[in-house]
Amino acid sequence: MVENRPLFMVFVHLTLILGVLIVALPIYVTFVASTQAPGDVLRAPIPMTMGDQLAHNYSAVLGTGLERASSGPVAPMMLNSFIMAMGIAIGKIAISLLSAFAIVYFRFPGRMLAFWTIFITLMLPVEVRILPTYEVMAQLKLLNTYTGLILPLIASATATFLFRQFFMTVPDELVEAARVDGAGPMKFFWDILLPLSRTNIAALFVILFIYGWNQYLWPLLITTDESMYTIVMAIQRMVVAAENEPEWHFITAVAVLALIPPVLVVVFMQRLFVKGLVDTEK
Amino acid sequence: MEKRVVFRHRWLPYALLAPQLAITIVFFLWPASQALWQSMLIQDAFGLSVRFVWFDNFTYLFNSREYLNSIRVTAIFSVGVTVLGLAVALLLAAVADHVIKGALAYKTLLIWPYAVAPAIAGVLWLFLFNPSVGIVAWWLGGAGITWNHQINGNQAMQLVIFAAAWKQISYNFLFFLAGMQAIPRSLIEAAAIDCAGPVKRFFTIIFPLLSPTTFFLLVVNIVYAFFDTFGIIHAVTRGGPAQATNIMVYKVYSDGFIGLNLGSSAAQSVILMAIVITLTVVQFRFIERRVQYG
Repeated sequence: MVENRPLFMVFVHLTLILGVLIVALPIYVTFVASTQAPGDVLRAPIPMTMGDQLAHNYSAVLGTGLERASSGPVAPMMLNSFIMAMGIAIGKIAISLLSAFAIVYFRFPGRMLAFWTIFITLMLPVEVRILPTYEVMAQLKLLNTYTGLILPLIASATATFLFRQFFMTVPDELVEAARVDGAGPMKFFWDILLPLSRTNIAALFVILFIYGWNQYLWPLLITTDESMYTIVMAIQRMVVAAENEPEWHFITAVAVLALIPPVLVVVFMQRLFVKGLVDTEK
Repeated sequence: MEKRVVFRHRWLPYALLAPQLAITIVFFLWPASQALWQSMLIQDAFGLSVRFVWFDNFTYLFNSREYLNSIRVTAIFSVGVTVLGLAVALLLAAVADHVIKGALAYKTLLIWPYAVAPAIAGVLWLFLFNPSVGIVAWWLGGAGITWNHQINGNQAMQLVIFAAAWKQISYNFLFFLAGMQAIPRSLIEAAAIDCAGPVKRFFTIIFPLLSPTTFFLLVVNIVYAFFDTFGIIHAVTRGGPAQATNIMVYKVYSDGFIGLNLGSSAAQSVILMAIVITLTVVQFRFIERRVQYG
């Protein structure tokens, strides 16, 4: 602050508080609705203070599901989402580390071709090649499998670039020293490069976990078996059913369950999250 | 930039690259080339015969009222999301830049919507604006506005724009705030000594110096509105009512998976690919420039 303007500071804080309230409003209203008895969320105005059905609604949704929306329990869907998010995060980091290592630390014919092939994935999001990708998945018999949910999403130009940028900043002296001591490339990778990349890996992991958890179109395309649904994609069916048979006290509970894990990750790993966000856009 | 010291090995680099390249080829390049090929085919209604028709699918698309409508809708949607998301985030970042005490608390409370999936963001806003139970729809009713996005196309568009922009505010906020904090304090102090108030300083110093960040966010937000908002549309409006929110990405899905019009869906995919490639090139050229000045 460069000057003392009390009135302006009042304006500053009021604006921020208003911003925070607007950002929080949808979640607050949803959370409150998820603690109500069914009759209380059938008509506007719905209550704006906590109800007393929190434990009941959440255990019903997690354990038995929404009968009227003909949807099974949500707990296995959360497990599917978790497996998918972890698989994508770990898989992306692993294959990107390896390919960045190859591109930075080796000279070999076809190096630039490999670089550009990886680069192209950046330009082809799932959304623009829906049908042909689905056909490939069907031919490989990967529909309704965890492999199918995870594998196609772990190719990543962004993560490869991030590690490439980072490896470029690692001093050459380290390679020379390792060589003098008789270490081969893989020993250098495991014992020197990997420990140096720890913070970058952690930051990227936070971003990728959120990315994986929040996948929507991909699970929607390749899962038809309810035991493979992820929570983020399953909620759409419940909403469609809700237009005829409103069960908003349950649907809002599912929405809260779907957003809690990634939100907790952002709030508790804020420093890593911000680093990951800024790094991936460099 | 190249490494001076490298390893030598005959097959190891290829083995290291193999997993990434295999996935890229099987799940990215092959389907993309299939999309290109299919975009020039027409299949009859029963899927019995396939004809090669060159660019007929594209000509048909650009003469179809539905597709032109979808382009218009996408334009309105992406401009709405980008302008609303950037404006709100810029205002919040500009005031947050003045805060010293409690800055971290405000930041934490503003950034978490980033973690909410687009589809879930859609459901949250759908619940707020639901004509029969939504609290905001009820407030609007009290103010004399009848809200029903299931019938009113304009209201449906506003609702998906709100949901999409809401989710993006946190991202924009973080980058604007970082950009502002990188501006040298001496410039701002000098302006303050010359009696420029906070508002004047914002428009004459901070906003112009922020233009690289603003331009970067502009591209990122357009890409987001084009491609990452499928979940919002699918969960909230499913393109309706009467095609009012049928953005291009959603139309690829509904024509291909629900309408089973393979040729047309593939042609639309190709058009979208052209758009992503253009946007990516713009983004990268710009980032190169930013690195030079930074």
